[in-house]
Amino acid sequence: MSYFELLKLVSPETIVVITALAVLTFGLAAGRGKSSVTISTATPAQSGNDTSTAMGICSVIGALGLAIAIGAVLLLPRNATLFDGMLVITPLTSLFKMICMALAFFTVLLTTSEKSLRHPAEYLALVLFATVGLMLLVGSEELLTIFIGLELLGLSLYVMTAFDKTDVRSAEAGLKYFLFGSTSSAFTLFGISLIYGMSGTTSLAAISEKLASVSVQPLLAVGMVMTLVAFAFKIAAAPFHLWAPDAYQGAPLPSAGFIASASKVASFVVLGKIVLVGFAPLHGDAAWHAMIAGWSPVLAALAALSILVGNLVALAQWNVRRLLAYSAVAHAGYTLIGLVAGDRDGFSAALFYATIYAITLVGAFGVVAMVRRETGGDDISNFRGLASRSPLLAACMSIFMLSLAGIPPLAGFFGKFYLFSAALRVGADHGLLWLVIVALLGSFISLYYYLIVLKAVFVDEPAPGAARHVNVNVVSVDLLPRTVVAVFAAVVLLLGVAPEVLAAQILAAVP
Amino acid sequence: MIAWTIYITFASAVLLLLLPRAFARWIALFAAIAGLALGFVALVRTPIADLAHLTTIVRVPWVPALGMNYQLAIDGVSLTMVLVTGISAVSTVLFSWDVEHRQNEFFFWLLLVVAGCYGVFLSADLFLFFAFYELVIVPKYFLIAVFGSANKEYGAMKLTLYSFLGGMLVFIGILTAYVTAGTLDLNQLSQFQFSPQLQAWAFPVLFLGFAVLAGIWPLHTWAPTGHVAAPTAGSMLLAGIVMKLGSYAGLRVAMNLFPQGFQIWSKWIVLLAVIGIVYAAAVALRQRDLKFVIGYSSVSHMGFVLLGLGAATALSVSGAVLQMFSHGVIAALLFAVAGRMIYRRTHTRELDALVGMNLSRALPFAAFTFIIAAAASMGIPGFSGFAAEITILIGVWKTYPVAVWITGAGMVLVAAFTLRALKQSFFGEKGEGLYLQEARVPLDPDWNEQQSITAAEKCGACLLMFATLAIGVYPKLLLDRIMPAVEAMRFLK
Repeated sequence: MSYFELLKLVSPETIVVITALAVLTFGLAAGRGKSSVTISTATPAQSGNDTSTAMGICSVIGALGLAIAIGAVLLLPRNATLFDGMLVITPLTSLFKMICMALAFFTVLLTTSEKSLRHPAEYLALVLFATVGLMLLVGSEELLTIFIGLELLGLSLYVMTAFDKTDVRSAEAGLKYFLFGSTSSAFTLFGISLIYGMSGTTSLAAISEKLASVSVQPLLAVGMVMTLVAFAFKIAAAPFHLWAPDAYQGAPLPSAGFIASASKVASFVVLGKIVLVGFAPLHGDAAWHAMIAGWSPVLAALAALSILVGNLVALAQWNVRRLLAYSAVAHAGYTLIGLVAGDRDGFSAALFYATIYAITLVGAFGVVAMVRRETGGDDISNFRGLASRSPLLAACMSIFMLSLAGIPPLAGFFGKFYLFSAALRVGADHGLLWLVIVALLGSFISLYYYLIVLKAVFVDEPAPGAARHVNVNVVSVDLLPRTVVAVFAAVVLLLGVAPEVLAAQILAAVP
Repeated sequence: MIAWTIYITFASAVLLLLLPRAFARWIALFAAIAGLALGFVALVRTPIADLAHLTTIVRVPWVPALGMNYQLAIDGVSLTMVLVTGISAVSTVLFSWDVEHRQNEFFFWLLLVVAGCYGVFLSADLFLFFAFYELVIVPKYFLIAVFGSANKEYGAMKLTLYSFLGGMLVFIGILTAYVTAGTLDLNQLSQFQFSPQLQAWAFPVLFLGFAVLAGIWPLHTWAPTGHVAAPTAGSMLLAGIVMKLGSYAGLRVAMNLFPQGFQIWSKWIVLLAVIGIVYAAAVALRQRDLKFVIGYSSVSHMGFVLLGLGAATALSVSGAVLQMFSHGVIAALLFAVAGRMIYRRTHTRELDALVGMNLSRALPFAAFTFIIAAAASMGIPGFSGFAAEITILIGVWKTYPVAVWITGAGMVLVAAFTLRALKQSFFGEKGEGLYLQEARVPLDPDWNEQQSITAAEKCGACLLMFATLAIGVYPKLLLDRIMPAVEAMRFLK
């Protein structure tokens, strides 16, 4: 294979990398021009203006690059395998590369209105590098490449989390995320080495062939569980979720949105591929009357624990971002149910749910960002009276919250129905009914805290002095993020009314 | 054509968000009247033979991969429910004519509830049915929490969580049915033979989920609290149609899908229903807030519906459906008098305070309406309540004679609390009320003491009174359509 052909097959990744470098170069050039003005002489307003211009140009470059890369994915061949599965192109990988890049695209657009970022070029470059990590993660069926993708993604996200140097919580969040993340990476690497030792290969398909002939030995079980840990960490499943509340609360809002959306979707794709392709012989059974050791009981336990812990702890939160973090833990649990089911239906249900969840959450973070800018905080009390201040944002917020709670006609409702029906269909005698009951109990609990947020939005009167930051400029500056949020709300509604649009795509792509 | 009830109501709700405030109440009135008119046209034009079974009106593939269709169908039972929804909706809008606070939003939520109810009554696909069923929950929350009165946030949350808990039980039952039978079509599902073991556990889960919404004892406590907290329109809708969603769904889905499970559990339904009738009536006798009296009376009357369903004879089930219609009208009328006619003018619902006001002089029309409503509620012949309850009791007599005896005693209690409420609210002696000044709480900004009954209120009240009288005098109009549809259902065979 010539390098030219190789380049053609990885053209989307290449375009994103080049875009990231271009953004960095631009930032360097703009930064050098500015460095003649020393900090002491420049007024805050001036430097603020400079940053926002730089931010505007950088984000235009970034968004443009991502748009071109999405176009490039469309030009890829339907199926291709490079180097024994190190890079693969299937309908599934193409679809999810596009979804990840689209989510990154909107993250970039939401970034434009973030004032607190001192170095926009570097920040956007990190977003783009993280996107490359996601694409590697999605587009590989080989453990080492997956690990490289995970690390590229992780390292970018750690820095993105700690990017707001003026906020001590951002630093704390970054440190926590980094410590937990690096520990779980170590576990994964160890797990992968054990799997390699057992099977003599790192390619998922080959692992599956090798493992088919061996029984479940303790060493293999250890390797498998350790490999799963990294993904449990990435999707914030309990008990590996402890970083999530701080990261969601402390990180700059676009970072939090990105961590909660694109990173999660990609992790679910890879997790699904690893367990369904690589560990296929070790499926086991999570049915209540016929539990057999394997990865599916492990994931089932993670799912049940996440749903209960996430929903119960979310009840006690008064900060909307922390609340979303704990609800994210619960939603990771719901999504895992699809993987526990372990068939084609279950996998596509899980991917559908992960995707709509990502869309919903980016939208919700967009609303939170605007409320924060307007009122100076993101506690539930800051949302009081939003309905009278901005009916559009209030409507969008209610769509996002109700979709998360699973209220029709929004996407979350169909997603839950799809997931739970896939889980219940597996095996004889409705073996996964226990998991579905846990999940339904969880979504019953969740309605309460989502309604508490909406109560603040619609019912409560605004707290005195809450809107002190409001000025005329806010509206015009917020035009872009407002549009993005409205588009996301429309998509959530559309996917609830016509889920076929996305579900058919995913179902066709899942092998 | 009856499918347009759903579309018109939804479209009007969306339109309300886009158009300025001046149009709001007219759009809502238009949507409600259009719904009622469509229902009435269907009543007149559809041949009775077509109403004997679920006749599909619309069927469009929705999500083919999962076997979901957008499928609407109608039979005599659902037509009756569509009619009562239309009547309740029109009178509710008329009784909310002078809502000023966040008007567009108010009518938006109101129309969403109405549209969801139309959807539930007309859908013949289990997923579609469940989507509409869950859709109704959240608008209720906002309707009560934003526009309600006493203790509104607590009442709204309690009601919503109860409904949603019921919804989750329903979710389990529906998923089980769907996964086992592999179809969501209600017609096919009601042919499918589920195994007896499955029916034995799936039926109670499903039926209990629905019965929460129908106010089954002991899960009824959301109803009085919610009714009292809700604005008048909310109480009218809740008692008028939303509680019927539960009983209708219990009949259409739970009993039809799992007939053997129903046979195992039917005696427990009868037991809970009888307890509910007597208990709620006894509690209503001790209430001092007029709305609580009516709230508990709703629970008591819904007990009759559950009793009729549980007894499982063609006559008792038909009577239960007729009672759903009848109570929908009567409850709306009672809440309209208590919440709008009385409360708006006197600003109290405390019977002890009302007793000294001698309201029959000040508000003769309200007194007249309340007498009619009370008579209908007590089951005086000539009103729909009598026709429905006597049909139920005759039907029940064959299978559970003891239940009829106890219920008879319960009906005496119903008469007692109704007469007490009637006497104290409108025909009290001057000087009896000691708490007059204390009970008066100036809550409403646009409080208006001297106002007489408005034309809109008179229209709404007349519509409801006409409906209860018409069905009371000529119940055959509906029973002819309900009976064949009920007889075609599987659980009777």
